[in-house]
Amino acid sequence: MQRGQGFRGFLNYIRRNPAFGGGLVLLLLLLLFSTVTTIFIPKEGAYPLAVMPKQAPSAEYPFGTDSVGRDLLPTLVYGTQMTLSIGMIAGVVGLGVGTVLGFMTGYFGGLFDTIVKFLVDVLMTIPSFLLLIIIASSVPNPEEMGIVRMGLILSIVAWVQPTRAIRAQVMSMRERAFVMMAKLSGMSGMEIIIKELMPNLMPYLAISLAGSVNGGVLGSLGLQTLGIGNLREPSLGMTIYWLRYYNAFLQGYWWWIVEPVVVIAAIFIAFLLLSIGLDEFANPRTRRTV
Amino acid sequence: MRIPPSYVLKRIGFLVAVLFTAATINFLIPKLAPRDPVQELINQRIASGGLTSEGAAEFRDSLRTLYGLDKPLWQQYLTYIWNTMRFDLGYSIVDYPQRVSTIIGQTVFWTLGFVFTSTILAFLLGTVVGALVGWSKTSKWFSWLMPPLAMFSAIPGFILALVLIYYLAFKAQLFPLRGGYSATIDKDWSNPQFLLDVLHHALLPGLSMLLVSLGGWALGMRSMMVTVEGQDYITFAEAKGLRGSRIFFRYALRNTLLPQVTSLAMQLGLIVSGATLVESIFSYPGIGNRLGGAIRALDYPLIYGIVFFLIVGIALATLIVDLIYPFLDPRISYSGG
Repeated sequence: MQRGQGFRGFLNYIRRNPAFGGGLVLLLLLLLFSTVTTIFIPKEGAYPLAVMPKQAPSAEYPFGTDSVGRDLLPTLVYGTQMTLSIGMIAGVVGLGVGTVLGFMTGYFGGLFDTIVKFLVDVLMTIPSFLLLIIIASSVPNPEEMGIVRMGLILSIVAWVQPTRAIRAQVMSMRERAFVMMAKLSGMSGMEIIIKELMPNLMPYLAISLAGSVNGGVLGSLGLQTLGIGNLREPSLGMTIYWLRYYNAFLQGYWWWIVEPVVVIAAIFIAFLLLSIGLDEFANPRTRRTV
Repeated sequence: MRIPPSYVLKRIGFLVAVLFTAATINFLIPKLAPRDPVQELINQRIASGGLTSEGAAEFRDSLRTLYGLDKPLWQQYLTYIWNTMRFDLGYSIVDYPQRVSTIIGQTVFWTLGFVFTSTILAFLLGTVVGALVGWSKTSKWFSWLMPPLAMFSAIPGFILALVLIYYLAFKAQLFPLRGGYSATIDKDWSNPQFLLDVLHHALLPGLSMLLVSLGGWALGMRSMMVTVEGQDYITFAEAKGLRGSRIFFRYALRNTLLPQVTSLAMQLGLIVSGATLVESIFSYPGIGNRLGGAIRALDYPLIYGIVFFLIVGIALATLIVDLIYPFLDPRISYSGG
């Protein structure tokens, strides 16, 4: 029953969980598509009036062009890069804040815990997307809104769910024998959190990260589809906003509709497969075969 | 089953706290952001040639008085909270002098209609499919349904809607491309032809909501069904020689339904957020599309009003589910408070 170590163990894990492998491959493909290709594809093509508008996919424009003259290949390459980066910033900051708050409140309790728990309960009742609409639509100078600012706006709501989940996990672990043992051996609260609790929750944090980044991507797409954010930049959500704005349906520009949908679907399916595949890592008891 | 009044009071107190927080956020965010909706509106008017510069200053002052912006901040805040609690959400800037509450009243039934129907349908269908897949004595063919359903559940409804519109509405011309009813028919709710037309328009938005939420219900139900099937009381029921269908419906399904209802209550916020976007994609005449329009037009009172209304609606619905839950599950007691 020994879990394999190192790279061999990793390969074994993928063999047992093909969903994890599939998600990893899909995510790697998306990362390649949005990073390595930028060496050959200049960003200029992703802005209006760059190329001939309304062209179906051809040898010259393999992804076609939209009705204001954006080349859709660079639009999607840089759009995927922007949207994944926004999701990454929101997910990492949100999970980071959630981890700190979750450990603090779950382990130490007290007044701080009472306040944070109340705040989390209230914010769980208010749909985060609606809160995001209020915050993001009030931000001044949307034309200067970059990836970092958008990611940070999303992280304003992204910490709530992780805080709640990690707090519950820590509270259930706090009473276990190994924590008692550590307390008896004279470790301080912070030491116990970092040396004893953290390592035990690592797998759980890994699966939470996939969820948080997924949430950040979803939030940014939703806001941008409603026209909140930087209208000039070719992010994936803005591509959806513009194809709605210029009624790509009525004109029958199928490539303008299908291509961003395929890329967006690939992102979400990659995260779905990753979180299904990481399930065994977080809960080893669900492991099916040896 | 009796719910202790102290629990009801506690839940209602929590609801008030949620509404108070939402109203405070609505008030504070625009004050923190140095964006002046009044000035932006006037700039728009000047740009469209409707105002001279002297008229503009006068117009700005009268708008500021109208929205109470000339008073001290604490007084603005108290007035705002008081008005919000009375559901006086002010006036729309773009559609002045329409009240925000009037606009919400005109649009909310469209949203309720298609969101409620598609959510209930998805919940029932997904639950049944999940139960059949999870139950080991049903045909293995059911398990083929899961991967595609899981895929759909990962993709947001408004993204799926784009593809549905293009292939089913534009290419195949099975459904209308947009809107809630045809412009060529009189808007008369007693006319069956109009009702059919409304239904026809609601099908595609409803389908996009249904397809993406079906998988979630099925996945949740399947895993619970697997857990329940291993329980002793199921083995005991089998040992008693009960019919398979009776064990399935009365023993397994009944016990797995309760967690499903809980997650329905927890999903409400996500469902409403998703519906907002789906409506915008279809230009469906509901509240979500109105919100999208308000965002594009920078109509802040309307944005804040609609968001506040939706938060109230979701908080109320959650409260109702919490209060009826003990009637569904006799094992729950609130005596511990």
